Amino acid sequence: MASTIRVRAVASGGNTEVQALVQHPMDSGFVKNAQGQLIPPHYIQVVEFEHGGKVVFTANWGPAISKDPYIKFSFKGAQKGDDLTISWIDNKGAMDSFVGKIQ
Amino acid sequence: MNNKNASQHERGRAGQTRRAVMQAAVASMLAGAALAGAAPLNRARASASTAKWPKEAFSQKNEADAIKALFGKTPEVSDKVNLDAPEIAENGAVVPISVNTTLPNVTSIAIVVSENPFPLAAYYPIPSGTSPMVANRLKMAKTSKVVALVASADKVFSASKEVKVTVGGCGG
Repeated sequence: MASTIRVRAVASGGNTEVQALVQHPMDSGFVKNAQGQLIPPHYIQVVEFEHGGKVVFTANWGPAISKDPYIKFSFKGAQKGDDLTISWIDNKGAMDSFVGKIQ
Repeated sequence: MNNKNASQHERGRAGQTRRAVMQAAVASMLAGAALAGAAPLNRARASASTAKWPKEAFSQKNEADAIKALFGKTPEVSDKVNLDAPEIAENGAVVPISVNTTLPNVTSIAIVVSENPFPLAAYYPIPSGTSPMVANRLKMAKTSKVVALVASADKVFSASKEVKVTVGGCGG
């Protein structure tokens, strides 16, 4: 099964800029379906990014993050060819992870 | 050791030898693994955990309580916190917001949408070696002040902008 995580990490001049896109409904719990019932909250709570065994970024999210969330951040100490591991967990306990290569 | 040739081996009801059954079983097991595809090769053991997710702060219903629950301090407005937010959000369900700062020793960045039912939208701890910068996309229920908070050396600094929302981000 393909991952829900897409990542582009580019190293340049000692800095690596990371952009990630994650497929997820990020239901806030405030929206009603066609039958008028509230769709329960279903959203990613934590996304973790690891490089060289160290956590380089953590996103703690609430239901106000948009559907199919996007995130961009930047960190030092990585090189082209290194692995960047991304993992997430949502409020229902579902998880996914992905290992991307830094370009 | 069996010295029979294939025709002499006992066969099952469908005429298969034990060897054929074993080979078929192994083949379908390998095919199953292959169908799982390249994914297992770059699927790491998922390690994200909700242990440190700031549950209390995310459940506060007003801006002041959310900030207090998260930082325990009152923020000071600072022009060193740069909040990029549109003046008018075309679509309240997807409002691009980014924060960066020139403050030193930044330990975290948080984003609050004052008029949202739960004002705390996101919280980003910043480890050393990571730039104090983040770009994300938020839902805004209606026109609201958006606040960027930066924790730097035992204090919290903030910057805010009013973002007008014409089509609300909560499906209404």
